[in-house]
Amino acid sequence: MEAIMKRWLRAVLATAALGGAAGALALQVVDDRGVAVQFERSPQRIVSVLPSLTETVCALGQCQRLVGVDRYSNFPDSVRSLPQVGGGIDPNIEAIVALKPDVVLMATSARGAERLQSMGIKVLALEPMSHADVRRVLDRVGELLQVNDAQQVWRVIDASVRAAAQSLPPKARGARVYFEVNSGPYAAGEASFIGETLSRLQVRNIVPAALGPFPKLNPEFVVRANPDVIMVGDRNFTGMDARPGWAGMRAMQTKRVCIFSAEQSDTLVRPGPRMAEGARIMARCLSDRLG
Amino acid sequence: MRVVVALGGGLLAASVLLALLGTGVGSSGLESLTQVWRDPTAAQIVWDIRLPRTLGAWGAGALLGLAGAVAQGLFRNPLADPYLLGSASGSSLGVALALALFGASPFATHWLVRLGLTGAAFLGAVGAVLLTLILARGVQHTLRLLLAGVIVGVVLGALVSLTMQVVPDVMQAMQAFMLGSTGFVGWSACLLMALVWLLCMLAAWMLSPVLDGLSLGEATAISLGLPLPQLRAALIAVLALATGTAVAQTGLIAFVGLAAPHLVRSVAKTTHGNLILLSSLMGGVLLMAADILARWLIAPQELPVGVLTAVLGGGYLLWLMHRGPTMPTRGTV
Repeated sequence: MEAIMKRWLRAVLATAALGGAAGALALQVVDDRGVAVQFERSPQRIVSVLPSLTETVCALGQCQRLVGVDRYSNFPDSVRSLPQVGGGIDPNIEAIVALKPDVVLMATSARGAERLQSMGIKVLALEPMSHADVRRVLDRVGELLQVNDAQQVWRVIDASVRAAAQSLPPKARGARVYFEVNSGPYAAGEASFIGETLSRLQVRNIVPAALGPFPKLNPEFVVRANPDVIMVGDRNFTGMDARPGWAGMRAMQTKRVCIFSAEQSDTLVRPGPRMAEGARIMARCLSDRLG
Repeated sequence: MRVVVALGGGLLAASVLLALLGTGVGSSGLESLTQVWRDPTAAQIVWDIRLPRTLGAWGAGALLGLAGAVAQGLFRNPLADPYLLGSASGSSLGVALALALFGASPFATHWLVRLGLTGAAFLGAVGAVLLTLILARGVQHTLRLLLAGVIVGVVLGALVSLTMQVVPDVMQAMQAFMLGSTGFVGWSACLLMALVWLLCMLAAWMLSPVLDGLSLGEATAISLGLPLPQLRAALIAVLALATGTAVAQTGLIAFVGLAAPHLVRSVAKTTHGNLILLSSLMGGVLLMAADILARWLIAPQELPVGVLTAVLGGGYLLWLMHRGPTMPTRGTV
């Protein structure tokens, strides 16, 4: 808490000091590291090395400013033709520098930020993890791109999630869901981004928030919880019925299993502007299986 | 000899006690077994999940302990472990490719579903050992075998990393495999491991005089009239089969194969026949204990069992090492 206060204080002080300098700088954005990044004008050449940030830029209607993306960014289609500059954990510094970006958008946890900054490239580090983060990141990137409708974009997303929740048949409300992230088995708990979406859909998660966002569960916990619906990516569904005791679970016997394609999984797990689409995918499956 | 019998008896008793304890430790920590007779779900959980999982942990540990003792005797090297000939990275590559190819084409998917991840891991492990043998041009030359094993391990490991880089979706599943897990061991896997264990134990027992001969040096072993190349090949087959089976069912469990023979030697100095049997029991006890702790400590979450085997086995070995002059040396092998 204290660290956050200090960070804010620093940001406020920095802003005040800059304000005192007679507004020589047109634009300043504070990122998730607490660093105030200054720009003379809104960046026109952007490299994004996080898929959700790529999607955020495009959701704000500024896709054309992207000049490079990471190898995992695959939405919208237009970014697939852009030069790829590695991934979040192994960004290709040389390729990024060669693109002469005005700013590089990356996750706080990504590597290479110091290296890029030492070569005079501006880095804005943002880490979207939750629904609230999606809104905050939209705001920050909106400031950066100097577009005014970030709040409007958020309102549409929020309303769409609500609409998805309302589209559910009454029977689906309160259904108990197990969302498997991978066959560890790692689950998406209430505290995760996916868990938040499930809560908004008014279904119950068998993995309580106390276990953290993505706990590695004892498989027998799932068998005992006996969820009404299982949600899983097609990659991890293979062999699920061969796990000891799983075939007898209610969801498996009544075939109430939502199996998501790789593309759908991307939409579901990325904390970005497509979260409403993710909510719709889940709602559609819940309606099909429980309606 | 009395020590050997006492240790064997002690390990068997520990196995039985741990197995009983293991049936009572589940997703809510230590729980009473009384409700098994009333609640069908609880009964199913104990009989179909917990019991095979506990026994399966013992089986995999026993296979690794056996393989470790064989490897250390065969290479006359106290640092040898079951993964020495590349089976670890081989099985990782098998699993990584299976995960990556899954969904890539209907044909690949069809075959992968039939083969399963355990099949892919087993084929990978055995394939890597064969590759090592080919690169070493046979089994005669110990150093060449070791080097070939290291090379195969490094190259296949690099291919695993490359696969994860290209298909990042498999990364988390791979991590789970590399840390090892006993969570999905069912009765069929238990049965398979038990059969392979019997087969390997029998073969290793019959071949153990070769290891005793080898511990005096290759020249001595040959002068004793042992047909070394054939017997070595047979021992490597035992090593590959035991390791491959364990890895296929439970992933890469760290340290059991390396530590188990040392733990046995620190208590009893004996012939290889006994050492292999005792190491196997020790490996079983070690992994079963680690599995129980893994699901107990932060239930209903699980710790990766490989982390616990490393901490438990490593900690105990370290303690033994500094306790006194009983540190196992090559001369006592």
